[in-house]
Amino acid sequence: MGIDLSVEIGGIRMRNPVMVASGTFGYGPEYADLVDLNRLGAIVVKGISPKPVMGNPPARTVETVGGLINAIGLQNPGLEGFLRDGLPFLRGYNVPVIVNIWGRTVEEYEEVAAGFEGAEGVAGLEVNVSCPNIKEGSALFGGDPALFRRVVSAVRAKTRRPLIVKLAPDLSRVAEYARAAEGCGADAISLINSIPAMAIDIETRRPRLGNVSGGLSGPAIKPIALKMVWEAARAVKIPVIGIGGIACAADAIEFLLAGATAVAVGTATFLNPAAAIEIAEGIGDYLARHGLGHVRDVTGGLRS
Amino acid sequence: MRMENAQILEHRDIQGGYKRLVLRAPGIAPEVRPGQFVHLRVPHLEAAVLRRPFSVFDARDGALSILYKDAGHGTAVLKGAAPGETVSLIGPLGRGFPAECGGRMPVLVAGGYGMAALHLLARALPRRGIAFFGGKTADDVLCVDEFEALGWPVRIATEDGSLGERGLVTAPLDEWMKKPPREGVELFACGPMGMLRAIGERAIAGGWKAWLSLDRHMGCGVGACLTCVQKIHAPDGGWTWQRVCREGPVFESREIVWEDE
Repeated sequence: MGIDLSVEIGGIRMRNPVMVASGTFGYGPEYADLVDLNRLGAIVVKGISPKPVMGNPPARTVETVGGLINAIGLQNPGLEGFLRDGLPFLRGYNVPVIVNIWGRTVEEYEEVAAGFEGAEGVAGLEVNVSCPNIKEGSALFGGDPALFRRVVSAVRAKTRRPLIVKLAPDLSRVAEYARAAEGCGADAISLINSIPAMAIDIETRRPRLGNVSGGLSGPAIKPIALKMVWEAARAVKIPVIGIGGIACAADAIEFLLAGATAVAVGTATFLNPAAAIEIAEGIGDYLARHGLGHVRDVTGGLRS
Repeated sequence: MRMENAQILEHRDIQGGYKRLVLRAPGIAPEVRPGQFVHLRVPHLEAAVLRRPFSVFDARDGALSILYKDAGHGTAVLKGAAPGETVSLIGPLGRGFPAECGGRMPVLVAGGYGMAALHLLARALPRRGIAFFGGKTADDVLCVDEFEALGWPVRIATEDGSLGERGLVTAPLDEWMKKPPREGVELFACGPMGMLRAIGERAIAGGWKAWLSLDRHMGCGVGACLTCVQKIHAPDGGWTWQRVCREGPVFESREIVWEDE
């Protein structure tokens, strides 16, 4: 029996359910010498805003036990810069490119979403309403239900492309935000973004990050992310993309069982650039071992 | 750039907590140019989510070697790795030193294990010049014999005076530079930021070039995560971030925007 790993997320056809997460894979060329980009389920590029952004002062990341706190500050070349210098490279590959977008105002979200309408080689958009690392904007949109609806609806009105909404790790209201995204026309949701966190150097008594605090990712957050994905998947009918500390196929399968249609691998790529590809292979092995023909046979398969 | 499982051929103490790790890496070793680095996944370090970058000290016959000091969490575990074990490497990475000096006399300046980044350069440069090594104590001045064997006279300074003259490495350098060679000098340096800045300032004041290898906390090592950024002067008079792992680790002194750290 053949094994079918392909999935569809809001019209985006992926050869396997393992994507690489925004902010951890640059814009493609960084890892192109090390891994075959065509074997990824999809590439979610680092967040793009209407204008270029310089980001935060160093130190920008700090490693903790089983995790990484980052405060890059959404450094990016801006819409025009990415269309000119980033996207053409990715058009040379046969892999869906999902562009993560963000803004400081609703108008900026609209501007960047509209900016990709004519762009060839963009399979879909992922709206970041949940980055913990800039002072104004982004995190706010993910933490206020009314603003959240406004920004998702505004982006929806500006794009006909598949629209994924990336949720903030709001422990108490994940189902509410998931339903709100669905209600505002999102084609899928992805979660979780990194969790607000910090670390202190006790000798200098200074924060270890230039931005004081940042967002925690990596294996340390996986059980938290899994719980939120499970809750979100029960709350909506649209596909859910599970993200948070996935480092091996077993981790990914947990998210699928909890209800995710696909997963994204982030921090694990830093240790093993081929992590996403190996995880996709491992999911195939799991299907074979359990006599299952399609990855959808795993999604939501949690027994209670 | 490639990823390779490299077998540990040799892992031994040098002195004062410094160790030398020799790895069989037939894919990476022949590609390494002076000043480049490898990103190493420390075996048995389950709590880690990042690799660790190391300058390539030597590369020949399908093997490469790195030097490190048992200074942190990662290296404390790395020192337990035994010959025969395999270690995942990504490399060679970064833009290293230009292996030429435009007819000027090459001057190498190293602080502590910064000399590791200069060893392949010492072999590759078209002519020999002079090297200045500095360290806190005699234990921090490494591999002098190997540079001398390549034909480089080495001047040494230690902060405690336990080897060479007492003081910073810039003291013997400044003394020597009072009578620079007629053809001029080209500086190549690796060490702490304070030392690099001092070298860079001297180069700019003297009208020389100084190629400085920066040692920065890194994430992915390949340019994706934007952890190891350095402010670099932009053509428009402003500045831009460049990635130490990709556009660096070597920058010419005039490129760098120095800030108080």
